[in-house]
Amino acid sequence: MQALTNRAQAVNRKPMTIMEKLYLPSIAKGMGITFSHIFKKQPTIQYPEEKRPFSPVFRGLHVLNRDEEGRERCTACGLCAVACPAEAITMEAAERLPGEENLYREEKYAARYEINMLRCIFCGLCEEACPKDAIYLSETFAPANFARKGFIYGKDDLLIPDPTKDPAGFAAAKGEGQ
Amino acid sequence: MLTQDQHIKLPEGSIETQTTTLNVGPTHPATHGVFQNIMELDGERIVSTEQTVGYIHRAFEKLAERRPLYQITPLTDRLNYCSSPINNMGWHLTCEKLLGVKTPKRVDYLRVIIMELARISDHLICNSIVGVDTGAYTGFLYVMQYRELIYEIYEEVCGSRLTTNIGRIGGFERNFNNTAFTKLEKFLKEYPKVLKEFENLFSRNRIFMERTQGGGAISAERALNYGFTGPNLRAAGVDYDVRVHAPYSSYEDFEFTVPVGTTGDNYDRFLVRNAEMWQSLSIIEQAYQKIQSFTGAEAEVYHADVPEYYLPKKEDVYTKMEALIWHFKIIMGEVDMPKGEVYQSVEGGNGELGFYLISDGGRTPFRLHFRRPCFIYYQAYPELVTGSMLSDAIVTMSSLNLIAGELDA
Repeated sequence: MQALTNRAQAVNRKPMTIMEKLYLPSIAKGMGITFSHIFKKQPTIQYPEEKRPFSPVFRGLHVLNRDEEGRERCTACGLCAVACPAEAITMEAAERLPGEENLYREEKYAARYEINMLRCIFCGLCEEACPKDAIYLSETFAPANFARKGFIYGKDDLLIPDPTKDPAGFAAAKGEGQ
Repeated sequence: MLTQDQHIKLPEGSIETQTTTLNVGPTHPATHGVFQNIMELDGERIVSTEQTVGYIHRAFEKLAERRPLYQITPLTDRLNYCSSPINNMGWHLTCEKLLGVKTPKRVDYLRVIIMELARISDHLICNSIVGVDTGAYTGFLYVMQYRELIYEIYEEVCGSRLTTNIGRIGGFERNFNNTAFTKLEKFLKEYPKVLKEFENLFSRNRIFMERTQGGGAISAERALNYGFTGPNLRAAGVDYDVRVHAPYSSYEDFEFTVPVGTTGDNYDRFLVRNAEMWQSLSIIEQAYQKIQSFTGAEAEVYHADVPEYYLPKKEDVYTKMEALIWHFKIIMGEVDMPKGEVYQSVEGGNGELGFYLISDGGRTPFRLHFRRPCFIYYQAYPELVTGSMLSDAIVTMSSLNLIAGELDA
């Protein structure tokens, strides 16, 4: 074959030397490397007792956000559902009634909000799409359940704790308590 | 379907009276993915084999026809999942070519860093799995820690480790933080030693050499006829590299050589991949130096100015009407693409990964085709393994770096 570039560099494929053919020195060399690893620091993490630190932008399970007064931020615009490449999000919008101002931040809210965690591919596009700072991908992952139905997360699974009732839980969900 | 009576002839001198049919796959621990090979065996020697494709075909090309451009990135993650950032970047480059976007130099260099890290992680897993298939498990365990470090660097940038969905049209979704650079420095400092150790374990080991030399060999001419690219073609002696022949993402600014083999067998493929990891490491070092040389406002640039496709800042979306309108338009995919046909290829982890995009001026691609190198390698697989032992066929499969997700798309 003619050379296509002037950058080609042949790999070193020389025949075996007598030392290499003897094989015993190779065994000693290989064993030496293996034994040297006994004295090295263990890289294993004993999950779940011990957990590795996550990056602040880690894409785990979703949470629905509340503002400081405990009102739901979601206004059910449906942008997350449109952005979702896995079509995992469904929602139903409802109008806020007089007297519910302490529950919902906007005049329209999501009466039903479901994410099918078995469809979800955790790409983070919903978080990027949200214009109301309402949906976030948290650092929790590895959900477990007994039935498939349990993986369809509703609003009660997704909403973070109310800061007026559970300030510690709210701070933890916001990633401030750690 | 071949049957024994119709086609299969036992080789001369065989002591067997009939061939054995063996299904290797679709789920078999030795095939690293969903591959099926129906093999006719004479004792332990392969007389003929027929490969099956399509077990994890997910119709990505069809799915892409009704999705806006940014939603196709997560699909490309799932092609060659050992180096998904390269696929993501390849897709962004394709879109940018169609839209005529010019990315700033810093973005190009950041992309080069991410792509070369992905190449290292891809070659690393391929080579260490060749080791596992020849019976040497240790090397695999030692290098996996550093693939983990590469994944942590991805995680700092995009938030995910395997299916990254990294980058956006025009650049990155966020700037690299200091932790990412610290981890990159740690990688550059520690990795050469690990790779050296890995080579010490394998390259000149007699058992490994005798297991891999001569197995799965292909001549340069046959490889070109099949359409081989990437390390598998270079191992056969052709110095074809997309990074050199059609530079993308400012690869022309970097100094690196193209390692080539001579015989195209499993051992050459192993050596070429190892040599490429050294080259990738040097490219990352060069790119990192170039990034550090940026000053002032240039040092903070992480995306091009593409208001029709790159989302406005979140603070602006919360407060400004104009930004909110653009945000809705982009997310809902309401921006019409220019008409045209583009082909953009990148040097993927295991060959030339091409994206052929036809746009009819609508909001989604009219047709999108992925040129998947694995699909091409798999066509040559029967030719490579016929006449060899079954256990060598397993080594050949892993040394070709066949990834089922990419093969079937």
